[in-house]
Amino acid sequence: MPEIEAPLPEESVAPRDDAALVAALRAGDEVAFTELVRRYGGLMLRVARLYVPTRAVAEEVVQETWLGVLRGIGRFEGRSSLKTWLFRILTNTAQTRAAREGRSLPFSALAQGELEADEVSVDPDRFIPQGERWAGYWASSPRRFDDLPESRLMSAETFAAAKQAIDELPDVQRAVITMRDLAGFDSEDVCDALGLSAGNQRVLLHRARSKVRRALERHLEAGAA
Amino acid sequence: MASELSCRELVELVTEYVEGTLPDDELERFEQHLVYCGPCAAHVEQMRETIRVTGALREADLDAAVADDLLEAFRGWREGRP
Repeated sequence: MPEIEAPLPEESVAPRDDAALVAALRAGDEVAFTELVRRYGGLMLRVARLYVPTRAVAEEVVQETWLGVLRGIGRFEGRSSLKTWLFRILTNTAQTRAAREGRSLPFSALAQGELEADEVSVDPDRFIPQGERWAGYWASSPRRFDDLPESRLMSAETFAAAKQAIDELPDVQRAVITMRDLAGFDSEDVCDALGLSAGNQRVLLHRARSKVRRALERHLEAGAA
Repeated sequence: MASELSCRELVELVTEYVEGTLPDDELERFEQHLVYCGPCAAHVEQMRETIRVTGALREADLDAAVADDLLEAFRGWREGRP
């Protein structure tokens, strides 16, 4: 089974590993703290934003999370990665805060609505219609993205198209793809954080990725014309 | 022998395929289809590239004011420890 490509490495000069960072934090090392905030702060804000209604509240959630991290750092045993531990505290904090803000409809309840909607991954017009020979096969082939120069695929414009498509997703699909593909968590962590079954998480991830793929195809084809 | 997958059916299974959660018999049908179907291979490649592009998205840093508040909180925590 081929593996999913890993995301690009974190941008950080000589990143320290978890154990070194934890030891430095416990010792009160400001540089280590700043490095961690820089590495994860933006991503934490984006994840917090999935739970709470405004950016201002999400910033408070991030602050509260860091306080929780500092209070708990003495008990961190390294059984999960530092990042996973940090984001667990974040999602718990965000959930509590969302409930207090009156936004307590859990993702698992929202998910039902999204799952009930009928959706196809690819526009049906792309396939040969029923009743014809080769019905259900591609009418015209998709173009491979890796035929394009890497500089085009990984360009600011392509990223903007992907971000816009993610922003437009229904809430739970946006939450799942943000946690899985953007933040890089495994399915078990995401199921825990959102209260979803593995199967439902996978369906929602598939729908989210399919919509982002469609947006990228549209964007990349437009540029090629 | 199980019936062949159509392209339209295959595209609904791509996430299960890349997640490694397809049952054995479906996995076999999926991979057999890919052997002869270039368009579906291209589609699966597009999905993999989509995952890679999403994984490469970078967040803007926190606002400086928020980062400063955090540093203050850190110093407070450090001073307040026994």
